[in-house]
Amino acid sequence: MAELEASTSMGARRSRPISPHLQIYRPMLTMMMSIVHRITGAGLYFGMAILAWWLLAAASGPNAYATFEAVAGSLIGQIVLFGFTWALIHHALGGIRHLIWDLIYGFEPAEREMLALATIVGSVALTIVVWVVGYLAMGGPR
Amino acid sequence: MIGERPNEFVTAARRVRGLGPARSGTTHFWHQRVTSAAGIPLTIAFIVIVIALVGRSHAAVGQILGSPLVAVIMLLFMLNTLYHMWIGMQEIVLDYVHDDKLKILALLGNTCFVFAVGFASAFAILKLSFGV
Repeated sequence: MAELEASTSMGARRSRPISPHLQIYRPMLTMMMSIVHRITGAGLYFGMAILAWWLLAAASGPNAYATFEAVAGSLIGQIVLFGFTWALIHHALGGIRHLIWDLIYGFEPAEREMLALATIVGSVALTIVVWVVGYLAMGGPR
Repeated sequence: MIGERPNEFVTAARRVRGLGPARSGTTHFWHQRVTSAAGIPLTIAFIVIVIALVGRSHAAVGQILGSPLVAVIMLLFMLNTLYHMWIGMQEIVLDYVHDDKLKILALLGNTCFVFAVGFASAFAILKLSFGV
């Protein structure tokens, strides 16, 4: 016990070599996707409060719902909701990518790159599809 | 003997059996996979429900959200997503927040936020369902 304490306190004073961390690597697509997966997850976390607001507004009455619709329908509201949709779909596709890896498929360099590209292209394309369908279901832009 | 290593929280019997804290160490990892797999159909259903509801009147939105099938899917989506994001945010906090007091505050905040969002959403859905 005493030896352990002595060695750790010495170690704290001496500058020791540290293992390489993120900053020494050239940014790679798969690495950026990992970071974006975490960022979208954190964004969606707070975005869920908007969903709770929508449900509470619907349960509260016409006035509360009209307030929510006004905010959601504003330019800032639409941008936030578009971002939420993209983050949700990107995180979902990224999650499917992780589940594929969990089943020990898709680890070859070309496969990794392909999965990363498919996540980016797929998330943008699906987000646009969802919004176009949403607007059409509403009867066009208001 | 425990007396020889006073900082060891594992009892002698636990050490002999090889049962340290590791027996529950992968629980969150596994639950994160289960909730992500369940999240795929639930998220698709959620997006379909939202598309079906945008632009409708308050009365129609309330009626559809409160109908049994939609309400159950929404409750499952919320429960699954909230547990998934609770584990995820805990992982983020443990990765980046190194100060003990700040870390405990952030973990408490995570739990409070998830419960607040969950109970507000669940209450709203149930109120619409039961029409009270």
